[in-house]
Amino acid sequence: MTNLAVDLVFQFLQMTLVIGLAPLLTGLVRVVKARLLRRRGPPLLQPYRDLARLARKEAIVADSASWLFRMAPYLVFAATWVAAALIPTFATGLLFSWSADLIAIVALLGSARFFLALAGLDVGTSFGGLGASREAMFASLAEPAMIVIVFSLALIAGSTQLSTVAAAMTSGVGLRVTLGMALIALVIVAVAENGRIPVDNPATHLELTMVHEAMILEYSGRHLAVIELASMLKLLLYVSLIICVFAPWGIAIADAGIGDRLAGAALYVAKLGVAGVLLGAFETSIAKMRVFRAPNFIGAALMLGFLGALLLFVSRTLK
Amino acid sequence: MNLLQALLACDAVLLALSVVAVSAARRGGAGTFVYGVALALSVAQLAAAAAALIGRAAPVGLTLPIGLPWVGANFRLDALAAFFAVVVNLGGAAASLYGIGYGRHEREPGRALPFFPAFLAGMNLVLIADDAYTFLVSWEFMSLASWALVMVHHREAGNRRAGFIYIVMASFGTLSLLLAFGLLAGPSGGYAFDAMRAATPSASVAGLALALALAGAGSKAGLAPLHVWLPLAHPAAPSHVSALMSGVMTKVAVYAFIRIVFDLDGPPDWRWSAPILALGAATALLGVLHALMQTDIKRVLAYSTIENIGLIFVAIGLALAFKASGLAGAAALAMTAALFHSLNHALFKSLLFFGAGAVQTATGERRMGRLGGLLNRMPATGFFMLVGCAAISALPPLNGFVSEWLMLQAILLGPQFPQWTLKLLTPAVGAAVALTAALAAACFVRAFGIPFLGRPRSDEAAKAHDVDRFSLAAMAALALLCLAAGVFPGVVIDTLKPVALAVTGAAMPLQAKIPWLSIAPIAESRSSYNGLLVFLFIAASGAMAASAIHRFASDALRRAPAWDCGFPDSSPATQYTAESFSQPIRRVFGGFVFRGRERLDMPAPGETRPAVYDLTLRDPVWDGLYTPLGELVGTIATRLNRLQFLTIRQYLSVVFAALVALLLVLAAWP
Repeated sequence: MTNLAVDLVFQFLQMTLVIGLAPLLTGLVRVVKARLLRRRGPPLLQPYRDLARLARKEAIVADSASWLFRMAPYLVFAATWVAAALIPTFATGLLFSWSADLIAIVALLGSARFFLALAGLDVGTSFGGLGASREAMFASLAEPAMIVIVFSLALIAGSTQLSTVAAAMTSGVGLRVTLGMALIALVIVAVAENGRIPVDNPATHLELTMVHEAMILEYSGRHLAVIELASMLKLLLYVSLIICVFAPWGIAIADAGIGDRLAGAALYVAKLGVAGVLLGAFETSIAKMRVFRAPNFIGAALMLGFLGALLLFVSRTLK
Repeated sequence: MNLLQALLACDAVLLALSVVAVSAARRGGAGTFVYGVALALSVAQLAAAAAALIGRAAPVGLTLPIGLPWVGANFRLDALAAFFAVVVNLGGAAASLYGIGYGRHEREPGRALPFFPAFLAGMNLVLIADDAYTFLVSWEFMSLASWALVMVHHREAGNRRAGFIYIVMASFGTLSLLLAFGLLAGPSGGYAFDAMRAATPSASVAGLALALALAGAGSKAGLAPLHVWLPLAHPAAPSHVSALMSGVMTKVAVYAFIRIVFDLDGPPDWRWSAPILALGAATALLGVLHALMQTDIKRVLAYSTIENIGLIFVAIGLALAFKASGLAGAAALAMTAALFHSLNHALFKSLLFFGAGAVQTATGERRMGRLGGLLNRMPATGFFMLVGCAAISALPPLNGFVSEWLMLQAILLGPQFPQWTLKLLTPAVGAAVALTAALAAACFVRAFGIPFLGRPRSDEAAKAHDVDRFSLAAMAALALLCLAAGVFPGVVIDTLKPVALAVTGAAMPLQAKIPWLSIAPIAESRSSYNGLLVFLFIAASGAMAASAIHRFASDALRRAPAWDCGFPDSSPATQYTAESFSQPIRRVFGGFVFRGRERLDMPAPGETRPAVYDLTLRDPVWDGLYTPLGELVGTIATRLNRLQFLTIRQYLSVVFAALVALLLVLAAWP
């Protein structure tokens, strides 16, 4: 049994783990929100059933749609999945982690958004355009915010490789003002990018409030299932990213034994659970903003991230 | 015959071709002949330049007994010139191939044919010129040939103004370069570049030469605030010429800047880099915001050129700052990013202008508000445009991402600067680059989505069909190169090695040694990226998901009218337009950048007049700089007009006064 084979197995496990857990996290957030509102809510496993049901149905495609409309769900899913597979969840030093660093992960998510926005415009209805145009506005602030957060993390860890960043964070970098700013900024970006309250409401189909839902309004059947899975994956990705950078305790470092890796996986699932509860509680406790208030909210993330990076640029040199 | 002689021979044939084209233009098939020969010559020059670059040929020089009597015409082919010759001739070959098909739609081919080969020859001669005289003559040749090409459609409203502004700005640029070379040549008049290299100018002369080079090369490249001619002139030309001007001629300007600042202007000072960085970042942001507001598809592309030039100058500024601070390795990284982005921009901007030209041929429209649904009617053009839009939006695994990634990696080396100014400036520039990249993605979702997706907004768009084979072949070649450069970036970086070595004195580590075709600018533990694997992963997981779902779940598909939340049969006019798509971004950024005003005049119920929506955007550069400047010139001209109506006595006294004043100056001169 070579080392390569073990690594390959763990890379494969990581890819299946993220895709297996993603609907569970979404289900958990929904359950938490429902309970906090004193509703009974859907069962925890409902997202799996929804996905299976959608996948089995026939897909209805608008007459005016082009081939891009049918290709886009798979492209969006593939780009998100590749990005999610590169985030260390329970172990760092994944086999393919060097094929894309944190900047590339951000750009992969950008690719997914690019094609989703195009799909929104493809049918030629006003809702699709509305969603695409607002998504473009949010992204034009959230993506640079993400990049300046990456600057901060990269300067602290001396690398843009996520594995190295996570390893540096576990080895203890101490409390830093920059890290606090980066955490707040990253949470804001995560909330905005995933279309959660207060930026967008994932549960709504009210025309004036929707962004993400408006873009995918024309999708049905298996295409919708793939897109839904991709957005669940994206939520998991951001939560994993926050966990891996800001709460990496217990993550298995590069050549840890199998036992450590399993322990790491169990701890990771527990951390996901905590994050899901926190997200549900946060969403319940806050009202959705008007669309044109959201740029201020996301702009705050950009400014915080920028200030954090600025502090590092003037205060340290890279190894 | 060495490679330099081969290049010169090709340029001579190009010039001869342009003379032949004058007489041949009226004959049938003249377009095919001229563009075909230009294609062959561009490919030949591309091969020669690539051979020089890849073969790491030592610089060769050549002096022809023409030009200034005591200088002659000096030519030299080194790594820097060879790389830019590759870029120029790659674009030139693609434009010639495209022109074979596109040129057939030209109503008056005689207006374009003679100038096209001359334009190509001019750009090539700038790159291999090795003295100030040859350089400036070639530069002017390039400017005038492109000016003539801008004026091909001079009967269309607005094109004459574009031509006028272009020629004024081009003259200003050449004047700046002339003065820069004059300063560098010094009082002894060493106009050969060898003499300038040997001399070390004093700090003030070098700084002044840098400012003049920034104005001269920057005005040709489209650096703010000297960019105003570019969005007018580039779209006015026929599309294959627009592609050359935007994709290629701006790179000649980048070459001129690198040549003067890194090669001729003596050892660099870190203070020079601050204005370059600031101007580059401002240009990038202003360019992309303007591009987001435009509704003419070629003008979107022209403003996006300004944005990309801004990014290239940011990388050049970083390279200069690193070099001046003694961080040669980092300088090589930044310079490689600048050169890589120059190549990338030449590829995808040419591709996008070809696509826009195809749209114009098929529909006769450039306004995005009259297009729509073209992907169904022009599938091949649409696909190549999509590749170009994704590449310019810096999406992995295409080439635009790699150069921006290298740029960000260079910015992350910013804390190494010993100077506080640069330590503070670098993260600000980094944030501006990130903001630019995100806005560019939004801009190209719009530039592709509005014309190519949705439903046709006019009859012309509904009746469009794909263009000729030559145009499609040119687009396909460029799209393939965009993918290849994105998937095998290590090859490009290694090819750029001699250029970076010559310009910055260091080079990035050899990428071919890194396993699996990854690239790692500094060290693998610090950052690495593998375009090939990302491409394969995306392709594999997308295909896997699709086949799994089709196999195990459902593959039934039904076509039906659009759902649209239950509104039946809405008119195509209810779709989002280019203006409405950018409205949210306009509200966020437009208020303080463009002082945008929206006015809505909605009639009360019962009134029969139409509702009016009025949007005004002001260009801060025109308002703040050019309008006052134009007014000042106008006022002075009016005042001086009196001088034309003097009596002979008054004229004589004016001449006498001038003579006395000049003598006084001469007497007072130290």
